[in-house]
Amino acid sequence: MNKLIAFALLGAVSLPLMAENSVPVQLPAFKEGQYVHQAPSVDDLMNDDSIKPQLKEVILKGRDLFMNTQQKRGEYVFNDMNCKSCHMGEGRMNWSGPVWPAATTLPDFRGKNQHVNSLEERIAGCFSFSMNGKPPEYGSDDMLALVAYHQWLAKGAQVYETNIGGRGFSHLGREPEQPADYERGAQVYADNCAVCHGADGQGQHVDGKVVFPPLWGDNSYNWGAGMTRVFTAASFIKNNMPLGKPGSLSDQQAWDVAMFVNSHERPQDPRYTGDAKETREKYNNFHKWTRYGTEFNGQILGQHDNTGDKPFLKPDVLRPRTFE
Amino acid sequence: MRRFQVGLGLAAMMLTLGLARAEGDPAAGQQLVMQGDGKGGAPCLACHGVDGAGNDAAGFPRLAGLDAGYLARQLRDYRDGRGSDPIMVPNAANLSDQQIDDVAAYYQGQSAQPTPAAADDSVLALGEKLVKQGDWDSYIVPCESCHGPDSQGVGSTFPALAGQHAGYLRKQLEAWQSGARTNDENQLMLAIAGRLNPQQIEAVAAYLSHQSIKGAGQ
Repeated sequence: MNKLIAFALLGAVSLPLMAENSVPVQLPAFKEGQYVHQAPSVDDLMNDDSIKPQLKEVILKGRDLFMNTQQKRGEYVFNDMNCKSCHMGEGRMNWSGPVWPAATTLPDFRGKNQHVNSLEERIAGCFSFSMNGKPPEYGSDDMLALVAYHQWLAKGAQVYETNIGGRGFSHLGREPEQPADYERGAQVYADNCAVCHGADGQGQHVDGKVVFPPLWGDNSYNWGAGMTRVFTAASFIKNNMPLGKPGSLSDQQAWDVAMFVNSHERPQDPRYTGDAKETREKYNNFHKWTRYGTEFNGQILGQHDNTGDKPFLKPDVLRPRTFE
Repeated sequence: MRRFQVGLGLAAMMLTLGLARAEGDPAAGQQLVMQGDGKGGAPCLACHGVDGAGNDAAGFPRLAGLDAGYLARQLRDYRDGRGSDPIMVPNAANLSDQQIDDVAAYYQGQSAQPTPAAADDSVLALGEKLVKQGDWDSYIVPCESCHGPDSQGVGSTFPALAGQHAGYLRKQLEAWQSGARTNDENQLMLAIAGRLNPQQIEAVAAYLSHQSIKGAGQ
């Protein structure tokens, strides 16, 4: 029975013959009319004679930065995250935040910062919030390598197409049918997540290397990261967690555990004005989906000066554009 | 830069992972390894060797350098009915918790050289790819995403795979597929094992047998 459901919902993943015992991969079906792109693999890159060897090298450098961003710990990254922590499957998997759409849809207006953004600026956003860091300089070798990796993953994809199947983390919608519940989420977490991420949410490390990333606290994403939105985390969890078992939690379990995780403290939002409630109001189009600046257990979440391991609040590159 | 309070959480985690219990005594463990438990449990060395090297041809896994918490959990699972190995179930049947911890502590402290399986370079290359990069298009995540950098293991839940015998690794992956082994957390291992084809199993097992374990004994 489960196998039938698995195949019906399979989406872009094609599985080999199932063993006698198996855990289904349950991913949402693409909606009718949605554009679907299968991003190329490294093998495709190596076999692609149309791409110059010099460019291949730069694409692979970008891929290496993407997969092991911790090599830039203390330079670009000040928490325990790698790009692949959220953009799983090398950033090429549908339903796992595939990154190629950034290359086909940008430059475009983004609600988050209310101006037209370049691909570099979008990548800088990830570094500033999700990695609690300082982005590579615009135009630098590292930034260009990352851009090259994104653009290559988009090879063959339709430019400006925005109705993309498996894009982002939002397929559960913005709000659950039944309100998300912290206590239920704590139970879901203990039963399904703690084995890897730890009962204290601090992840697990071996010889100083991150294996399972922290989900809250100093070394996790900061209060400005997209993942702090409960709906983003809920969709990420639903289609990616526990690792190897996408779709195994119910929608409500995903909402509840996302609420639980995102009710914990984390490094300050780089856009902080000095007052979390005020910052929440100022960026309400974003923070209305987070718990930042709201009261929880007698404290205002995010009302603190803690920037984690990062020795500053806001990277200089985060600035408005006016095109005047 | 104020640090968040994590003390309570850490205490809770230690309880969850069972780290709070008394440590095993390697000297007492060595005695059990050499002489058995006197209640029907054979001396471990008969199959696993005094150094925990195991025996690939006979299918006895290497225990040297494996995390003591992991080893102890496996022995408890055999003893308490969560494991079905016909050799290990009777051998573990009468072990006390302390004896289990002692044996586990002893073998964690041992070291042994890997016994690399004969395999073509192309097989080893496929194995390395699956271990380090996985095959996401088939939703086979890299072994290292749970078993850690260089497959050296993570805590007491995700054992070191580096340097394990290829035959044993293959048998375990097949045991998950057939349902003969079911003591993984939340079916995390079944999920991946169930998606591997025989060539992939062969390749992963061969590659891992060529790696060296940096266990506590080294």
